[in-house]
Amino acid sequence: MTAPVSVHNATKIFGAFTALDDVSLDIEAGEFIVLLGPSGCGKTTLLSILGGFQSPTKGRVVIGGKDMTSVPPAKRPTTTMFQDYALFPHMKLRDNVGFGLRMRGMAKAERDEKALGFLDLVGLKTSADKKPHELSGGQRQRVALARALAVDPDVLLLDEPLGALDLKLRRQMQDELKAIQKRVGTTFVHVTHDQEEAMAIADRIVVMNQGRIEDFGPPADIYMRPRSVFSAGFMGEVNFIPGTVKHRVDASALVDTSVGDIALPLKSFTVGAPSPGQKVTLCIRPEHFRRAGEAEGPVVSLGDATITGSAFFGTHYRCHLKPSSAPDLSIVAHMPQSADVADGQILPLAVNLADIVALPAQSGRS
Amino acid sequence: MSTITLEDTERRKAWGFVAPALLWTVAFFIVPFLFMAAMSLWSRQSGQIIRVWNLDNYFAFFEKDSLFKGLTNSLEITLIVTVLSVLLAYPLAWIIAERVPKRFQRLALIMAVLPFWTSYVVRSYSWLLVLSRNGVINQTLMTFGLISEPLEIASNRTATVIGFVHFFVMLLTLTIYANLIQLSPNYRRAAADLGANALQTFWHVILPLTLPGIMTGAFLTFVLCIGDYVTPQILGGNNELVLPQIIMLQLGRRADFPMAAALSIILMLAVTVAYVLCARWLKIERA
Amino acid sequence: MRDVLTKVASFAYAGLIYGFIFLPVAVLVLFSFQDGRLPVPPFNGFSLQWYEAVFADRKLMAALANSFVVAIVSSLIACLLGFLAAYALARYKLPGSALQRGLLIAPMTVSYLIIALGLLTVLNTFGIKLSLWTVGIGHVVINLPLCFAIIYSSMGDHHINIERAARDLGANDFKVMALVTAPMLMPSILAAFFLSVTFSWDEFIIAFLLSRFDVTLPVEIWSLLRSGLNPKTNAIGSLVFLVSVAVLAVLELTLFGKTKKS
Repeated sequence: MTAPVSVHNATKIFGAFTALDDVSLDIEAGEFIVLLGPSGCGKTTLLSILGGFQSPTKGRVVIGGKDMTSVPPAKRPTTTMFQDYALFPHMKLRDNVGFGLRMRGMAKAERDEKALGFLDLVGLKTSADKKPHELSGGQRQRVALARALAVDPDVLLLDEPLGALDLKLRRQMQDELKAIQKRVGTTFVHVTHDQEEAMAIADRIVVMNQGRIEDFGPPADIYMRPRSVFSAGFMGEVNFIPGTVKHRVDASALVDTSVGDIALPLKSFTVGAPSPGQKVTLCIRPEHFRRAGEAEGPVVSLGDATITGSAFFGTHYRCHLKPSSAPDLSIVAHMPQSADVADGQILPLAVNLADIVALPAQSGRS
Repeated sequence: MSTITLEDTERRKAWGFVAPALLWTVAFFIVPFLFMAAMSLWSRQSGQIIRVWNLDNYFAFFEKDSLFKGLTNSLEITLIVTVLSVLLAYPLAWIIAERVPKRFQRLALIMAVLPFWTSYVVRSYSWLLVLSRNGVINQTLMTFGLISEPLEIASNRTATVIGFVHFFVMLLTLTIYANLIQLSPNYRRAAADLGANALQTFWHVILPLTLPGIMTGAFLTFVLCIGDYVTPQILGGNNELVLPQIIMLQLGRRADFPMAAALSIILMLAVTVAYVLCARWLKIERA
Repeated sequence: MRDVLTKVASFAYAGLIYGFIFLPVAVLVLFSFQDGRLPVPPFNGFSLQWYEAVFADRKLMAALANSFVVAIVSSLIACLLGFLAAYALARYKLPGSALQRGLLIAPMTVSYLIIALGLLTVLNTFGIKLSLWTVGIGHVVINLPLCFAIIYSSMGDHHINIERAARDLGANDFKVMALVTAPMLMPSILAAFFLSVTFSWDEFIIAFLLSRFDVTLPVEIWSLLRSGLNPKTNAIGSLVFLVSVAVLAVLELTLFGKTKKS
C-alpha cells in the first residue's frame, strides 16, 4: 500500500532552538523522497514528526488524506526504520519481522509465513532462525527493512539507515533499497547527509538547512539548476562568482563580475527574474569550464587564467586557477584526463552559457 | 638456538605485573580454601582433631536434623528474599527510569540506596527498633488501639526476611535501573511503531531485554543472602537457625573446625548449584 | 485519564518503597537523640548525651581508627595489585589469561564467611596470631577481585595507541603506567578505591573472625549489641551514616560530578 504525505507549515521549537521553521511539503504516493542536509538541519525532526514520535509545535501532518498530527506511531500507516535498526536482540529474525503482525493479533503460522516472505524479499530467508547478533551490519539493515515492511505501511520512514555501513556496502544497499521500493510501491521518506546517496536513490530530494527547505526537486534539477546558494554548495563542488545585475535586455540580463560582464539568459535565474542593481551569485560547477574554442553552443569567455595547482583524479584533472582579471578569485575547474596540464600554464577559460546558474546573493544566512 | 626475542622480554615483564595479584589470591584464597576442604574430611573427637580422612562430617550433616534444617532454612529464606526483592525493586527501578524526569533520576537513585551507608551491622539493629515488642510498629499500633498485645514480629523468620529484603531492594533497584537505561529508546519506539501497546511492549521487549540484569541481581542476592550471618543472628531469633549461624556455632562453643569446614563446603555447593541454574542468563549479558 | 492514573499509582508505589527503605534509618537517627535509656517510642525529648557517650568511649574510638586504617591500607593494596594485573592482562598476551582472570575474580563468588574460615584455618595451622594485619589481608582478598574487574573493564583498546606513543617517545613501562595509563583510568581507579574502602569499612564477618584484641568498628558495634536496645548504638550508627553521606555528597559534587562531564 502507499499514500501521499503532506506537511503544512510545520514548526518545531525546542526551548530556544527552532528545529523546524514553517516547513511545508507535498509528497506523492509511491515516491522515494530523500531529506538531505547537514546535521542539525531539521531533517530528523521532520521524520520524527511524520512517524509520530514528536508532534509539531505548530502545523499539520496529513497522510493519505487524513490528519495525523496527533495520532500516536502505532496508529499511523507509517513505520520507521531506525538508525541503529533497533532489532530486538532476544528474538529470531522470523520473530523480529513478525512482531508487528503479532501485535495485530495474527496467528503464529500465518505470520511466520508472511515473515518468511519478507525475509525472502531482502534475501535472508535462510537465516530466519538466527538472532540479530549473528548478522553483519548490512544484513541487520535488511532485517530492519523487512520488519518495517511486514506490517504493510503506506509510508516507510528511514532514519539514516545506511550511515553505519562502509562505502562499498552502502552503494550496494542503495541499489537494493531503490529496487525494493519500486517492487513494493510504498512511499519512502529517507533521511541522509550524503548527497551522493540522495542522488542515487531519490525520485525527489528535499534539501534542508537550519530548519527550512532550501530546495525540492528531482536530483538532476537540484544539481544543475539549484534554487539556493546552500543547495548548490551542498550538492557538490561549485564555484561562486559574485556579481551585480546592470540592466535587462529583452530575454537576458547583463551581470557585472570581476571576470567581466556576462550576459545571461533569464532562465539562468532559477528563482525569478532579476532587477537592476541586484547582487547575485553565479554558480559554475568545475566540470562546466572549457578551454575557449573547445566549447560548443553559446559560450561566455572568462578571459585568461593561470593554473596554480593540479591533481589527477582518474576521470579528470582537478585544477586550481587564478583568473588574470581577478587575481583574488580562486576557481576550481576540471580538465579532461587527456589534457596537458602544468602549473603556471595560462588557459583561455570559457563556460557554456546554459551551465551558469545565477542566484540572489545571500545576506546573513550562509 | 635460544635467542631471547622481543616477545620473551615483554612476556617476562607482564608476568611480573600480574604475579603479585595472583600470588595474593593463591596464598590467601586458594590455599586456605584447600586447607578448609582438607579439614572438612577430618573430625573432632573429645577436644582433639583426628587427622583421619573420612566423610563423617558430611554424613552427619545429612543425618542430624539440626544441621540439615540449617540448609533448608537458608534456602527457603534466600528464595523468598530473592523473589520478593526482585518483585519490589523492578517497579521502583522502572519508575525511576521511565517516570522520573531525566535530571532528577540520579538524585532519585542516590536516595533509593542512601541507607546502604548505614553500617551493615547497624542496619539490622535498626530494624530491631522498628519490629521489636516495644518497637515503633507495635507501639504505634497500640497507641491507635488497633492491637492490645504487641505483635511478635521480631526474632523470627519474618524479621529476617524484612531485614534482607530492605537491603536487596536497594541493590536490585540499582542493577535493574542500570539495565533499563542502557536499552536504546529505539527498541520501545520500534515496538510502539509496529503497533504494540505499553503492556505488550513491556512484556515482549523490555522484560526479556532486562532479564539478564534481573538474573545477575538475583544471583548476587542469592550469594550474599545465603552466606550472611549478621542479619539472621540479629533479627531471626533462635528458633530457625540458618547455615551460617550453625557454622558460627561450630566455631564458637564447640570449636569443631572440621564440622564448620564441611558445612562451609556445603554452603559453597549450594551457591554453585544456583550459579549453574542462572548461568544461562548470566552468560547472555556478555554477548 | 489513564495517564494520570498510572502516574499517581507510580508515585504512590515509589513513595511506599522509599518509606520502607528509609523507615529504619529514620528511626535509628531519631532515637539517637533520645533523652532516656530506651531508643523506642515514646520520644522523651532531644539530647546529645549518647553522642557524648560515644566520643567518651575509648574502645569505640580506637575501633573507629582501626577501621579507618584497615580500610585505607587494604584498599590501596587491592587497587595497586588490581591495576598491575589488569594492565598486564589487558596489554600483554599471556598464556592462560582467561584462567588468570577467572582466578582473580573467583573470591567474588564466595561468601565472606567461607573466605574468613579458610584464612582462619591456615592462620591457626601456622600459629599466626590474629591482628589487624590478618583482617587487612582478608579485606584485600575480597577487594582485589573488585578492583581488578573495575579497572580491567575500563582498559579499552583505544588506549593502546596512546600508550604506544608514550613508549615510542622513550617512556619505560612504569613511566607509561604512572604518567599515561593511570591518569587516563583515574575515574575507574578512584571508583574502585572508594568502593573498596566502603566494603572494607563495613565488613563484619572477616573482621570478627580474624581479629583478637584490636577490632574494627563493626565488630565493636557488634559487642555493643549484646546490651540490647541502646541509644548509644543508635548514636554511633547515626554518626557513621551521616558522615558517610556527607563524604558521599562531597565526592558526588567534586570528583564524580567532574568526571561525568568530561
